[in-house]
Amino acid sequence: MSTNGKPKFAMYWAAACGGCEIAVLNIHEKILDVDANFEVVFWPVAMDAKYKDVEAMEDGSILLTLFNGAIRNDENEYMAKLMRQKSKILVAFGSCANEGCMPALANLYNINEIIDTAFTTPTTDNPQNIRPNTSYSVPEGELHIPTLFPAVRTLDQVVPVDYYMPGCPPESHQIAAVIDLVIQVLQGKAELPPAGSVIGAGGSTVCDDCPRTRNEKKIKKFERIQNIMIDPDLCILEQGVLCSGPATRSGCTALCPKAGSPCIGCYGPAEGAEDYGSRLMTAVASVIDSNDPAEIERIFEGIPDPVGQFYRFNLAGSLLRFSKSAWKG
Amino acid sequence: MSDQFEPVIIGFTCNWCSYRAADMAGTARMKYAPNIRLIRLMCSGRLDPTFVLKAFAGGADGVMITGCHPGDCHYVEQNYKALRRFIILKKTLTQFGIEPGRLKLLWASAAEGAIFTDEVNKFVEQVRELGPLQWPTSGGGLERMFAVPEHMLVKEVTA
Repeated sequence: MSTNGKPKFAMYWAAACGGCEIAVLNIHEKILDVDANFEVVFWPVAMDAKYKDVEAMEDGSILLTLFNGAIRNDENEYMAKLMRQKSKILVAFGSCANEGCMPALANLYNINEIIDTAFTTPTTDNPQNIRPNTSYSVPEGELHIPTLFPAVRTLDQVVPVDYYMPGCPPESHQIAAVIDLVIQVLQGKAELPPAGSVIGAGGSTVCDDCPRTRNEKKIKKFERIQNIMIDPDLCILEQGVLCSGPATRSGCTALCPKAGSPCIGCYGPAEGAEDYGSRLMTAVASVIDSNDPAEIERIFEGIPDPVGQFYRFNLAGSLLRFSKSAWKG
Repeated sequence: MSDQFEPVIIGFTCNWCSYRAADMAGTARMKYAPNIRLIRLMCSGRLDPTFVLKAFAGGADGVMITGCHPGDCHYVEQNYKALRRFIILKKTLTQFGIEPGRLKLLWASAAEGAIFTDEVNKFVEQVRELGPLQWPTSGGGLERMFAVPEHMLVKEVTA
């Protein structure tokens, strides 16, 4: 591979949907700045390069790696370790790498349940009831596919991470700002934030960016958003629709509440919140307008899937990380 | 020493009522199971669900939340917040596979040392019955969970 003396840039996806890559491309003409300032050495979605090319690189020779995706299988883990070894700055990019995101909701189930769901549900045409094997012999040799772990992990549960950039996906204006910053650092015009910082996000909550009017919240019943007409100016949580704004880090400019949809928490825990779901449970419990245990139970029946609601993006990054059935079978 | 399972219980008490109840039990020389480790908060309303999850993730087998009787809270109505958090937390923990019997809420006034000791003893027996929780985030369980046998390790995969 030719080298032009520019600092090297890489981006990798582990257990992810590809939205993070789209978000990077969504910075539009700024992508030309990336090309002008960096040599892109590895980016499976955008260019052809093999793992063995990365393996052949010198340790620490990639300046910046944006790693998106959670660690679901041993291939993800291998690549996380490899990218860590080859990169100076490793950024956990996007919700999956930061806190598990959607893939981590599988942490509520054990592997057999997951495989059964994928291979035996009525929508799957699998009359012979075939299951994937991690290795298979063919005349040409042995084939391997990655082995699933019992649970999804975040990137920093596998390797040390330098910076955290939350969001599902990170907003393009935040990505552009971070890229600008890195370029300025390269030119000696700025300094990198302290290691371990959350970058490309705010230090407050989504509520702080939300333009809706807030009064004292008193909830007697949780509503599904499709069943009511949302008042365009009033706090969504006040209207009985569970909004994750109070627990979620700012940075997205409150896009969803502005569009009339509740925050679902993709920017992860607000500054200082150790467990996202706890912060949200605390907030929700505070606004229930009842002191009667039976009535409180009844109101909470409006949240039929509490883990899915409170840990939608954060199960792998939560204190408990997975359900008992994930590790006990 | 018997070899029966001794559960580790974390108990949260409020400064004004339930801690005083425990204090009263102490000064009155009432005995109760030593399995419970009490942590004093100013109010049960201070109880962040994080504390409970951290206890379970750190190796506790049961958690007991205690506070002033409804209407008696020294911060007007914060114990009602604790009640609501307890209810939603219990629902969430059940979905995590943690038996509802491992979490208990108790109201105890400063005069109720006897009730406090009774309830602690009952809770310890209840958790003993449920057995150890041993959440893998404590005690090295994670390493076992994510250990991949050497022969299964992917050495090189084409992108």
